[in-house]
Formats: sequence, structure tokens, C-alpha cells
Amino acid sequence: MGSKTLKTLLMATSILATAGFAHAADTTLTIESWRTDDLAIWQEKLIPAFEAKNPGIKVKFSPTPPTEYDAALGARFDAGSAGDIITCRPFDKSLEQFKRGNLASLNDLSGMKNFSDVAKAAWTTDDGKDTFCVPMASVIHGFIYNKDAFDKLGIAIPTTEAEFFAALDKIKADGTYIPMAMGTKDLWEAATMGYQNIGPTYWKGEEGRAKLIKGESKLTDPEWVEPYKVLLKWKDYLGDGFEAQTYPDSQNLFTLGRAAIYPAGSWEIGLFNTQAQFKMGAFPPPVKNAGDACYISDHNDIGVGLNSKSGHPEEAKKFLDWVASPEFADIYANALPGFFSLNSTAVKMQDPLAQEFVSWREKCKPTIRSTYQILSRGTPNLENETWVESANVINGTDTPEAAAKKLQDGLDSWFKPAK
Amino acid sequence: MGVPAISLSEARYWPLRYHLENGSRVPRYARPKIKSRALMTTVAEVSIDRGADKRQRRWHILVFLAPAVLVYTAVMILPLIETLRLSLFNVKDGQSVFVGFGNFQVLFGDPRWAASFWNALRNNFVFFLIHMLVQNPIGVALAALLSVPKLRFGAFYRTAMFLPTLLSFVIVGFIWKLILSPIWGVSPYLMDLVGLKSMFSPWLGKPGTALIAVSLISVWQYVGIPMMLIYAAMLNIPDEVLEAAECDGVTGWSQFWKIKLPLILPSIGIISILTFVGNFNAFDLIYTVQGALAGPDGSTDILGTLLYRTFFGFQLQIGDKSMGATIATVMFLIILSGVCLYLFAIQRRMRRYQF
Repeated sequence: MGSKTLKTLLMATSILATAGFAHAADTTLTIESWRTDDLAIWQEKLIPAFEAKNPGIKVKFSPTPPTEYDAALGARFDAGSAGDIITCRPFDKSLEQFKRGNLASLNDLSGMKNFSDVAKAAWTTDDGKDTFCVPMASVIHGFIYNKDAFDKLGIAIPTTEAEFFAALDKIKADGTYIPMAMGTKDLWEAATMGYQNIGPTYWKGEEGRAKLIKGESKLTDPEWVEPYKVLLKWKDYLGDGFEAQTYPDSQNLFTLGRAAIYPAGSWEIGLFNTQAQFKMGAFPPPVKNAGDACYISDHNDIGVGLNSKSGHPEEAKKFLDWVASPEFADIYANALPGFFSLNSTAVKMQDPLAQEFVSWREKCKPTIRSTYQILSRGTPNLENETWVESANVINGTDTPEAAAKKLQDGLDSWFKPAK
Repeated sequence: MGVPAISLSEARYWPLRYHLENGSRVPRYARPKIKSRALMTTVAEVSIDRGADKRQRRWHILVFLAPAVLVYTAVMILPLIETLRLSLFNVKDGQSVFVGFGNFQVLFGDPRWAASFWNALRNNFVFFLIHMLVQNPIGVALAALLSVPKLRFGAFYRTAMFLPTLLSFVIVGFIWKLILSPIWGVSPYLMDLVGLKSMFSPWLGKPGTALIAVSLISVWQYVGIPMMLIYAAMLNIPDEVLEAAECDGVTGWSQFWKIKLPLILPSIGIISILTFVGNFNAFDLIYTVQGALAGPDGSTDILGTLLYRTFFGFQLQIGDKSMGATIATVMFLIILSGVCLYLFAIQRRMRRYQF
């Protein structure tokens, strides 16, 4: 009886093995990624769409958990066992891999023309000569608000700073809602949802960011201090004990309908849609004076690149070209509302909240977070310092001027602008 | 010419002095043992002819020691040496270069590195002091209460108070974040019930109170360890001694101060050194409750979190192995000197009693 089972098993394995051989005639591309959450979307939507158009190429999405990704990928590069397609972190982490020769230059990839320079900035060398990852998705900052609350209190969507604070005053006077759901406990909320959200309006987006990198302006200049002055004013509109309010606390305060306005990143859309029981809307960071140009933080978050030691560079490039196409952008962005395609061809979003966010691209100038490119390479790290100082300003530990001075002093200690 | 190091009169008294100073080192009952060891030596000398037999016995020792020595060397000693080595190197133009004490010069000389280092060290001392002043006295007090003979439900209290020690720091950190949360927390609600709401504040989020709050959470978690060790020491006190004390009229508090406390002092010493080593190696609870940046404004940053950020990096900050190893080395030296201070200056002077 035992031998019979064994025989059946052997038969089964041999058949399976043959089946495996039959498939091996196809080229299989492996994608390295930290987006474990996206496994279903890749397997059910993206990969079938690509394979249908490209017979003979099989694609396998093999993600590693986000906290382990960088270390695991580094080890696989060293061992020569990394996948053909590499999902790229923005800025220095991927730049380092490119400099080590692990990522191939994609300058000649035809699909690259579908992306603007800002979109490519996260995966381009400092001198702008080489681009090594296809931009895949970005996140946009703005404010999500409770529509029911706004309707009840008769508040119109604020477009200027004055209107914004008038709306907050009105919500506070009414007392039903906490005007704004944000805490300083986790530090990054104050920096990312606060400073980087409203800041581009004052430092004029890319223009100000470029000046900072060139050393033509300093963080102590008025346009960089002003966002801190505005943040300080937020303090009166945050909930009780905001000093110990964490990021999940803020999310819950808003989705439970206890807070009216949430300084947001677009990645919240998916979660908020499933949790909030009220109507939501969104507005971009208010401008200083009516009629001013508006700026949004449209921050590059995910890209895809080519392993320079891939055994199938031609097939991989075909795949990357497809990732750069409007078709991919459409499927991807709609499957993950809140992660917007960086493709120059506008994607029509089915989710109304996501559509609202992405529509700002048409009227506002996009920029990326000021601390991410080049400026966070040294010690002290500007991004980390910005977290600490943004929370300090709101907590009242430091004045806006003192915070700006600390940041600039830290930057001066190692950063020498390229002339 | 060949003057002996010890004069004759000193030599005569030496065994007595040794005994007085070291109390426990040569306990009275141990003396016959020494004699028997001398006896064994004689036996060994007799069997010297059978040299092969003796050598075989020595091999045994090696074989039995080997697993522990190998494992300990592989996972403790080699990494320690490697860390010390790494702290003397730094990366220049992609090459690892020997820089001598250059990293230490940066750590103590560069105003920014020095500021964050001294801040972490100061916070670490506060963290340690709170443990010494709160955790250990409470541990002693709880042990004293537990060893009251008439106490009912003693086993229950003992288990309940030791339980937090068994919990993962992740759970402890999470529970306390929730308890102290100004939004959903139990503490503002309970304080409201007794009319103390005005005294509540978001302690974990304020630079002035965050470190104390986190230290007390850690005290809550680990108070079971001093309690258990002291409790064991108290159980070791023979009833005869206590009865004799009672006959002499030493009861209640004065019995605790005059009889029990001196007898458990060695245990308190051990607990202090364990607390010291544990606190200066601490990292996990702060990381869980306050994050890697140990906010607000670095007010809960201790050496462990500083080392973590430096060595492994954080967010956009890329890890710096050399500076991380430098901080680790300094931590090692701090702990080493603390332990040496205890061993050579305190433990040797401590009186022990044998019954």
C-alpha cells in the first residue's frame, strides 16, 4: 500500500515537473517590491493585463515586507540573486544602488518621455544625466474634511489662509467637532502633514526647493519660516492633549466623525473610504492671498527599475515600457486610490475623493518634499530634524525662528551647495 | 635583602584580617572544607605516578567547557571585539580606514554629536535614578509585605505583581500608551471621576514629563524582579534570628531596619547592579512608546536609542556603522566601569552573614 502511494506521488511529481519544463520556455521576470499590500492587485489585474499583450513573458511579483526590503534587497544584489525588476525607493536609497551598478540606466527607454522632470527627480542623478527608475506612483498632500460638518455649520471650502482660519474658528466656536485632527506625538505628522503640506505655498514649490539646494536661500529666510508661523497658529485648533496624540489617534478622531478637518496625505483615501460613515471632501493647501498661485506636494513614492545583472534585459525593458504606459497608470491608480500615477497623461479616477486630489495637478504647481533630495544625506539628518522641530514649534518648545535657525545650523554643519 | 612583603607580625594576623574584611569570603563553616581540600591534594600527589589518568581527567574539563565557551565566544566575545575594532575605523571614499580614536574625537569634540551624546547620557542617568529611587524601594516594600506570615492571597499578589515582567515590552508600551492617551485613555476618565481631571496632562507628549512617564512605565514592568529576589532573600532569614530579635524586644519597623534590611543588603546590591546594566542597555520600551527619535525634542533619548539611530539609520538617515560602534563602545565602557566600581568598591566591603 505504501509503495502504491509512493508510485502515485512519483507519477504526480514527474507530470508536474514536465509541466514546469513546458513553462520554462517562457521568460519569467521577477519583481522585487516592498508593497506586500499590493500583491492581489498585481496578481489579479496588472500581471494578467501585461501577459495578455506579451505572450512568452511571465511575470512574478515577489514582495518582501517594507521593514526588511532594503536590507534583503541589498543582500540579494550582493549574492546576485535579485529579481529582474526592482521596485525603487525614492531618492538616495535607489541612487546608491545605481551608483553601485545594481540598477541600469533607463535613459533610452522610450516610455520615459511620458514623465515630467519633477516626476523623474526622485530617480535621477544629481547632475540630471541618468534616470534609473520609471516613476510609478506619488502621494499628494492636502486637507480632507467632513462634508456633513461643513454643511451643518455652513462653511464654504476655504481657499485662502484667512478663510481657512475663519473656518477653524467657526468649528471651534460651535464646539461639536475638534477643528483639526493632528497630533505631535509621532513627530512626523507635524512635519509631513503640517510643514510639507502647507509649506510649498510659501516657498513656491520647486523654485524655492531648487534655491535651497543651490544654497541661494536658507531655511531662516522668511519664506521657509512662515510655514512654521502658520503651524504655530494651528495649535489652538487641535484636540485636547494633542502632544500625546499619535497618528492612529488622529485617523480615528477623523473617521469617527469627532474632528472636522484632517491634514492628509492621499494614501489615507483607501482607509478613510472604508471607515468613515460620513461624506468627505478635500481641498488643497490654502493660498496666502486670493489669486496667488497654488502649490501642492506631489511626492514621488514608488518607482520601478531594471536590475543591471538581469538575464532578460530585453523582456524587462518591454515590461518597464508597459509600466510607463497610460494603460498601466489607469489600472494601477484606480486599484489603489491615493497612489497617483506620475504619468503625464491624466488618469481618470473613479474614486471621487481621489479624483479631487489628482485634479489639483491641473491648477496647482507640484513639488516634492523639500528635505528629500540631497539635503538629508548628512548628519544631522535634515528630515529627522524637521520632524523634531515641527513638533517643537506646535508644542511651543521652540519659536518658528529658533526652529528654522536650528535646522539651518544643522544643515550648514555638513552641506556644501554645489556651485 | 629579600625582605618579605609582609612583616612577620602582619603575617601572623593576616588570616584574621582577611576574615574580618571579607566576611563572607571564608565563612566559618567553610574552614573544614579547606582542610579536606588539602587532604585531596595529598591524594592527588600520591596518584601522580598514574599521570595518564590525570591528563584524561583534564580533557574532560575541556570537553565539558567547550560548548559553552564556543557559543559564548561566537555570539558575545567575537561581536564585542569586532565592535571595538569597528569603532577605530571609518569609511573614507568607500574604503574602510583605520582612524585611531578619530571617531571618539568626533563624538566628544563635534558640538552636535557631543550635544546628542550628553543629552542621551543625562537622560539615561535620570532613567536609572528613577529606577533606583522608585523601583527598588517599592520592590523591597512589596517583598516585605509578601513575607508577612499572616498575609492572605500571598501567592496571588506575587503572581499578579510579577506578571508585567513576563509581558513583552511591545504589549506593555502599547497598553500604557492607551492608558495615558488623552483621547481614549482610561486615566483621564478615572481622574475625571474623582475630580482630578485638571491634573491630567498628556505626559508622554511633553518634553518635561515624557522621560519620567516612560521611566515609571518601565518601573511598573520590572518591579517584579527586585520583589522576587528580595522576597527570596527574606525567606532565607532563619526564624531563630527573628525570634531572638523578638525576645530582645526588636519588633515591627525596627526589626525590619535592624535585622532584615542588613541581611538582605547583598541582594539589594545585586539588584542595583542588575538595574544599572539593564537601564544602560535599555532601548526597547522607549522605542515602542516614543519611537526611534525618542521625542518630544529628544527628551526621552537614551544611549540605546541614540545607538539604534546612528548604527541602523532612520528614515532618510543612512546608518553609520563606525559612529554606531563608537557609541556602543562608550556604552560598554560606561557599563564596565559601573560594574567594576560595584565589584571592587562596594561588594568587597559588604558584610555578609552566614547562619
